[in-house]
Amino acid sequence: MKNKPLHPGAAVEIRSAPHVKAPRSVEQIMRNVVYSLLPICGFFVFQYGISAAFSIVAITASCLATERFFVKTGTQSGSLSDFSATITGILLALTLPPGFPLWMGAVAGFIAIALGKALFGGIGFNVFNPALVGRAFVQAAFPVAIATYTPSFLPGRFGEFIPSSLAWPLMVPADTVAWLHAKQLDALSGATPLAKWKFDGILASAGELLSSMSGHMAVGPSPVLIILCGVYLALRRFMDWRIPLAIVGSAGLTAWILFAIDPHSYPNPFFMLFSGGLILGAVYMATDMATSPVTPGGMWVYGALIGLLTVLIRYYSGLPEGVMYAILLGNAATPLIERITQPTPFGKSGLLSPKRRATYPLHPEYISREEANAVTPKKKSFKPGKKS
Amino acid sequence: MKFMKLFRRLKGIGWGVHPADHKRPAADAPVRAMPVSARLYLPLQQHLGGPARPVVLVGQKVRKGELLAEAQGAVSAPVHAPTSGVVVAVTEVAAPHPSGLTLPAIILEADGLDEWTELRGCDAPFALSAAEIGRRVAAAGVVGLGGAAFPSAVKLVGAARARVAALVINGGECEPYLSCDDRLMRDSAPAIVDGIRLMLRATGAGRALVGIEDNKPEAIAAMRAAVAGIGAVRIHAVPARYPMGSEKQLIQVLTGIEVPADGRPADIGVIVHNVGTALAVRAAVREGKPLISRLLTVNGRCANRPGNIEVRIGTLAEEVIAFAGGLKGDGLGLARRVIGGPMMGVQIPHWRVPVVKGTSGILALDATEVDGIAGRETAPCIRCGSCVKACPMGLLPLEMSARIRNGAFAEAIPFGLKDCIACGCCAYVCPSHIPLVQYFAHAKGELAGQERDRLRAEATKKMARQRQERVEREAREKAEAAARRKAGRAAAAGKQGEPACFNPRPD
Amino acid sequence: MIAAILSLTLLGAVLGAVLGVANKFLHVESSALAGELIEMMPGSNCGQCGFPGCSGAAAAIADGTASPACCPAGGKTLAAQLAAKLGVAVDLSGLSGEGPKIATVAEELCIGCCRCGKVCPTDAILGAARQIHDVLREACTGCASCVEKCPTGALVMRPVPVTLQHWVMPKPLAA
Repeated sequence: MKNKPLHPGAAVEIRSAPHVKAPRSVEQIMRNVVYSLLPICGFFVFQYGISAAFSIVAITASCLATERFFVKTGTQSGSLSDFSATITGILLALTLPPGFPLWMGAVAGFIAIALGKALFGGIGFNVFNPALVGRAFVQAAFPVAIATYTPSFLPGRFGEFIPSSLAWPLMVPADTVAWLHAKQLDALSGATPLAKWKFDGILASAGELLSSMSGHMAVGPSPVLIILCGVYLALRRFMDWRIPLAIVGSAGLTAWILFAIDPHSYPNPFFMLFSGGLILGAVYMATDMATSPVTPGGMWVYGALIGLLTVLIRYYSGLPEGVMYAILLGNAATPLIERITQPTPFGKSGLLSPKRRATYPLHPEYISREEANAVTPKKKSFKPGKKS
Repeated sequence: MKFMKLFRRLKGIGWGVHPADHKRPAADAPVRAMPVSARLYLPLQQHLGGPARPVVLVGQKVRKGELLAEAQGAVSAPVHAPTSGVVVAVTEVAAPHPSGLTLPAIILEADGLDEWTELRGCDAPFALSAAEIGRRVAAAGVVGLGGAAFPSAVKLVGAARARVAALVINGGECEPYLSCDDRLMRDSAPAIVDGIRLMLRATGAGRALVGIEDNKPEAIAAMRAAVAGIGAVRIHAVPARYPMGSEKQLIQVLTGIEVPADGRPADIGVIVHNVGTALAVRAAVREGKPLISRLLTVNGRCANRPGNIEVRIGTLAEEVIAFAGGLKGDGLGLARRVIGGPMMGVQIPHWRVPVVKGTSGILALDATEVDGIAGRETAPCIRCGSCVKACPMGLLPLEMSARIRNGAFAEAIPFGLKDCIACGCCAYVCPSHIPLVQYFAHAKGELAGQERDRLRAEATKKMARQRQERVEREAREKAEAAARRKAGRAAAAGKQGEPACFNPRPD
Repeated sequence: MIAAILSLTLLGAVLGAVLGVANKFLHVESSALAGELIEMMPGSNCGQCGFPGCSGAAAAIADGTASPACCPAGGKTLAAQLAAKLGVAVDLSGLSGEGPKIATVAEELCIGCCRCGKVCPTDAILGAARQIHDVLREACTGCASCVEKCPTGALVMRPVPVTLQHWVMPKPLAA
């Protein structure tokens, strides 16, 4: 063997094992999340037309520009190619009303990246979900604009902007109610189902909520579509299934208990789950990797906390919607949750101490399929030696 | 209950990873026996424990199987001549270690005759006492062939003393690329089973559980056929999941018992041996043959002809690769040279290192294999939690590496640094390409160094104190001696009335 | 207005009192600190620092009269540890950077005079008269007292050699 290129003494950087790597990268995970968001964006545009399309583009562009600025100046780590800012932008756009003034959207995008991410040092270091930081900021800064929804499936939505979209910066946006009035659509309210329930006591029907297909309702993307996209991510292991399940389970359970106590003053749990942004929040917002716990036990606790808080905020606060604050509170609690749910290292669970049990049954589940069909004694017992 | 069962099956085993195994076609190629090289390099420490002590002289002629270096200390193993020839040097050779440092070794020049020394076999090994089997295994220099290279006799004797109930035989071979154990089980299943029964005899254990990953159907079939009619040895197919071949994980899967974190398997009445070790035990006891060769896998995308090769201990990796078929393009695409498996093996700086008893594979990996996705660089941790889910020990790798990166080694201990088995699952799955295991290895080394420094400081302080005492004692004794002499002189002077004669050497 | 001034004054007084009490009860005893520093010192009392033994040097370092870098035997490592312990910055440039050193005997120069062994604070040098001496690696503290005594210059300070047992996997390069 000629060893021209590998003669002894050639400088080699020594790395430890493992010497092979799984074909997976941050960029790949984030790119797949973006792919899974595309159908949802498409549906959103289908619902609200050109305003929604411009809103998504403007907010995402603002996020990307901000990210680029902070990466360039060295304030934060990461790069544009990891798609994380794209996700932030799209999610932020999906949580805002479609007729949200574009300049306000751009501000929200800037705040999301600057205060939500760059301030902490970039990807992986942020404490709060950047998209929700942006949304929380504009909710405080522009409370009227963020509560102004228009009905979906308006005629002519692909040719005409919702007038508030094109508001000049720092100017009062055009009056959407007057615009709707002028279109003789004032019979339809621009309120979301949650706001309707909270302030008018009107419940939307189940089918309308699930599909988001019935017109003239101010709703976000269809929960069914979001769940389908979430299932894709979970199956391809780009997302952990525990958090969405825990949120939906906990919110559903809380709502069901309240409904069982007093069906007259509380809506049915189904309405709670599929109205507002709960499903979008559970599948895409709460599962943000950097801001959610990494321990499996912690994921359940975190999800349960968010579900509970969402329902409580919706019922007992002055706000119609509570998902955003519930998730931000969950984000804040993440370090604490991780600390109390640290997994037990192998061989340290006291229950398995060999001193407690004289014999040990063989776990039949642990044997592979083939072996399970084979004739094996059901129980095996070991007598530990005198020493143990 | 049914539902729970289904759920667990869907979920699978909670830990570990499932890398592409790359075992075929190397596993399906027939074993090739490599001829003896001109020179063999035999490190004196090929095992865990104390290095062996040479018992031959330079220039001495030895025959195949003759003792070259004897075991030294309670945990040690002897080294034997893999062929007949002349001892040309006892010196330092490059160790199969990432540092490229050297190790004391005996260099043997083969004479080409390859003639055996007299072997003391045994036709009726089951009539031997357990202690005698242990002695023969120890004398043959058998060590764990799975990679850790712990002296097998120490384990067997210890197990007999601890009265273990079961012997777990590790045929998992969960490391990707490697297939030497698979090949052994396919080719010599009856001999392996014979070796297992000898081990049962040596330990006094009642049963042996052989765990074989279900991606080796041929090996399972061969072993099943070999154990037909032998009640004490059972073959279990276990799910193919890395690190199934790790001692504690395999025990848990086969028996459902977790070995306590601070304990050894013997504490719960189990010991683990590798299938290759079983074969070596058989050769040692039945034929009296010492461990002088082993089967290893040459693999990797850069290897021309991947396969399993029977190699004498002490052969240079360079020669093994040349025999196996060389490297593609003379090694131009070579990105990493690895001894052992890709998940836990060590990177070596060059190929001029000898095969030792624990060498299970020689891998020539190209860049696409090493990086998973070509041209990846380390990115910040996004806290995805993949490492936490993959960790078979239930640790938090991301928290440990974050602390170690900041130099806070001791802070990583509460997150499990001491329980880490360095299996590599966390670094394998990390989408940010963070070399987690290297951080852990670095921290473990630094912590061990600190501990060593602390012990050393204590020892030097003690030595300094002892010296101080000695110096004071000597001064005191000198003074006393001087006083005595003075008193004697004074007495003499008083008696004789004249000064004592001049003493040129007062001491 | 007056209420505000009063409340702020009260707050200041209370906090000041708390700080005063804390200073009294949480005060770090300098002698205790010196004791901890002694634990960190090499303990060979070689005297190269100019203080009477390691405890003297530790007391001086704790008082601030000596630099944490004053111990030649401890080298850069010890200086950094002491500085970290004291929370002070220290100039390490004057110290041998490669970490601890130990004495080694150049066998072709050693005449077996035994002078080195007599000054070694830890009895780390072995060798009979007119025989080549050797330094026990594990016992040498690197104080270099022996180097001055050697009449032939056979004793040389060398960095502690790295062996397989002492080798540590390097920290990954990129962050």
